[in-house]
Amino acid sequence: MNDVQMMTATADGTQPRVKVSARGVDVFYGEKHAIKNLTVDIPDRTVTAFIGPSGCGKSTFLRCINRMNDTIPSCRVTGRIEIDGEDIYDPVLDVVQLRARVGMVFQKPNPFPKSVFENVAYGPKIHGLARDRTELEEIVVRSLKRASLFEEVKDRLNDPGTGLSGGQQQRLCIARAIAVSPEVILMDEPCSALDPIATAKIEELIDELRSNFTIVIVTHSMQQAARVSQRTAFFHLGTLVEEGATEQIFTAPQDRRTQDYITGRFG
Amino acid sequence: MTDVALPVSKNQSRPVSAAVGARLKVRYRAERRFRAYGLFALLLTSVFVVALLGDILIRGVPAFWQHHLVLDVDLKADVIDPSGKREVEALRTADYNALAQQALQEVVPGIKGRQARRTLSRLLSTGAGDPVRAAVLSDPTLIGTRQKIAVLISADADLYLKANGKGSGGTLGKGALAATVSGDDVALAAGGPEFTAALAEVKTILAARARALRAEIARISGGNSDAVKARVAELTGEAEKLEARAGAKDQPEELDGNMPSLLVGWGDALVKITRLGPDKVEGAALLPAGDGGEIKAGDWSLRRYATPENARKTTDQEIAFLDRLVGAGRIENRFNFLFFKAGDSREPELAGIRGALVGSFLTLLVTLVLCVPIGVMAAVYLEEFAPKNRLTDIIEVNINNLAAVPSIVFGLLGLAVFLNFFNLPRSAPLVGGLVLALLVLPTIIIAARAAIKAVPPSIKEAALGLGASHQQAVFHHVLPLAMPGIMTGTIIGMAHALGETAPLLMIGMVAFIVDIPGGVTDAATVMPVQIYLWSDLPEQAFKAKTAGAIVVLLGFLFAMNGAAIWLRKRFERRW
Repeated sequence: MNDVQMMTATADGTQPRVKVSARGVDVFYGEKHAIKNLTVDIPDRTVTAFIGPSGCGKSTFLRCINRMNDTIPSCRVTGRIEIDGEDIYDPVLDVVQLRARVGMVFQKPNPFPKSVFENVAYGPKIHGLARDRTELEEIVVRSLKRASLFEEVKDRLNDPGTGLSGGQQQRLCIARAIAVSPEVILMDEPCSALDPIATAKIEELIDELRSNFTIVIVTHSMQQAARVSQRTAFFHLGTLVEEGATEQIFTAPQDRRTQDYITGRFG
Repeated sequence: MTDVALPVSKNQSRPVSAAVGARLKVRYRAERRFRAYGLFALLLTSVFVVALLGDILIRGVPAFWQHHLVLDVDLKADVIDPSGKREVEALRTADYNALAQQALQEVVPGIKGRQARRTLSRLLSTGAGDPVRAAVLSDPTLIGTRQKIAVLISADADLYLKANGKGSGGTLGKGALAATVSGDDVALAAGGPEFTAALAEVKTILAARARALRAEIARISGGNSDAVKARVAELTGEAEKLEARAGAKDQPEELDGNMPSLLVGWGDALVKITRLGPDKVEGAALLPAGDGGEIKAGDWSLRRYATPENARKTTDQEIAFLDRLVGAGRIENRFNFLFFKAGDSREPELAGIRGALVGSFLTLLVTLVLCVPIGVMAAVYLEEFAPKNRLTDIIEVNINNLAAVPSIVFGLLGLAVFLNFFNLPRSAPLVGGLVLALLVLPTIIIAARAAIKAVPPSIKEAALGLGASHQQAVFHHVLPLAMPGIMTGTIIGMAHALGETAPLLMIGMVAFIVDIPGGVTDAATVMPVQIYLWSDLPEQAFKAKTAGAIVVLLGFLFAMNGAAIWLRKRFERRW
């Protein structure tokens, strides 16, 4: 198997390990062929951005990586997606364990209508990551700190998470995701519902998280892709058109369609 | 971003053309008309609701009050406890009614006639001894003393007092009367024509009756058969007799039960006039007339009960006694706690709704315990876990169908399955609860599914994305958020069950049950069935009881619906 296949060199010259690799993935929603024969490698501890026009399949593929598409009855996935060389669609693999390893942040901030503390503590609780209350509190505080939210909410840990501002809510969702110590964090347009200041904070946070997590982000903002990601993949009509170092995609795209999209000629 | 907005006309209030303006007018008119229809419908329903509730309240509220007779009861030791051992069993079984009767006879002394005595004793309820017993049992040292105890009066007496509680006054006599008493018969002679006005009134009534007979004769006289002719002759004879009586101005008249009752009262005495002349009357004493003699002007009064005795429930004798008791300050109108404390009874004044209330409570308890877990689990399974295929579609359609099945059918089902097949006890809240559970289940399932569906999927996705299993996501997040909606649906379903009658008739919860049920397998009835039972009884007093029970039932229903609204408002969440 090709689980240790090396990537092309990134900007700083190192050769990062492949974290997620997809080979010949096809996704169908009933009759609709949403993703066609997709093959891509996502390197460890980098930010990979998926860009492309609406309905091109980037979110669909993102949701394949933690099998969130399982909840849609008509959805069918073929091909092979591996994380650290392990086939995540293997029937013996526990989807609950997979989702603990692959966290997800959604487009709209969706904190549970519970306290800030309970929001972050929920993941560790259901996975049994904390032996007692003290340990749980430690995890919550650490996660909130890593999501750069702790200073803002430290006096409001027992207030409802839904009472925070939009940007704070989204960072709470990120803190909630990292509380279960995932290896990969999937972000589906995490800033599309936020104002520019909150967006800047999230982008800053993504950059910090890169040192510990593999991050895949779907975005409609090409500036955002350029700012936060090291690698960029361009999707169009269910196919992966081009994938490479962000700098290269934005400065010297190989494909005509990529160039048209980046320069704003369609989409 | 390629579209360029068209320049919008600044002057929008001016119609573009006459045609558009006319069209606009039609549109506004239609709008006004529609609003008028709505307002009319609303007013009509409001009038109906107010009329209905007002009527029920007016009829029902008097049932919460009851006239009591305050008696000085002599708690005679030889009647209550002849052995003197003060055993509770002996105290419990003593004849307290007799004590109450004795006390009543002391209040109205001197009644000699058997008939009159019986009438007097019938004024007391058959449960009149109960408060006496309660007083003795709570404090046996009272035995041998004389105590003021309020006892119940009969329902008919209570009804009479509710209608005319003040007692009847009458007009004072102007001249003196000479009374001659022999036994119960009393003759009263006046110095002048004291009774002319009363006599004239009686004659007017006789004249009216004669006219009615003449009209009847005119109606049937067209017939040629012998029977008709005979009847005409008979009626003509009667009419002539009446006309003769009405015409003879100062001729004395016999007063029977079809005439208004005229009575003469003085002191403690009351005499019902049986023969009325202009200056001399004869009558029967309703209250003892003593030895007779001279009655001074202004000491006596002529009383008049316009409704003939035969046309009312309360006899003159009863009215006389009641007026006397009211006059003596013995009658008190008190809150009817018995209505809420007692079970059903054949005596209206002793009947209460406690049995039905407890029955309703037990029945609803069974329904609730069965319905909520089954309904919610069914809804969760259908909404979250069931595969979407033909089978679940059929199940879904049939749940909706089930909600539309007439309730009597559920009753028949309960009769066939629970009683005949499983041999569960008849008339029991257990079976009632089972049947009502079947009835309410679809409502709860539908409400719970709607509530679960209303929880935004993002919450479930968030939990799933954290690695929660599907079941954890549902039970930790979706279900708690759906709970207010589920509770609202449940309460409305329960309110529906509380008001349900038909299926319970089928399983025998329609029996006359005096005892208050102690458990779900005891024979019981429920509020709406109790109302149905009472509404069917001929006694006038049960009409008020029926309305009173309706008021209580409506109170519970409104409270439940209020709770549902409160829950919805309190936990309503916007995402």
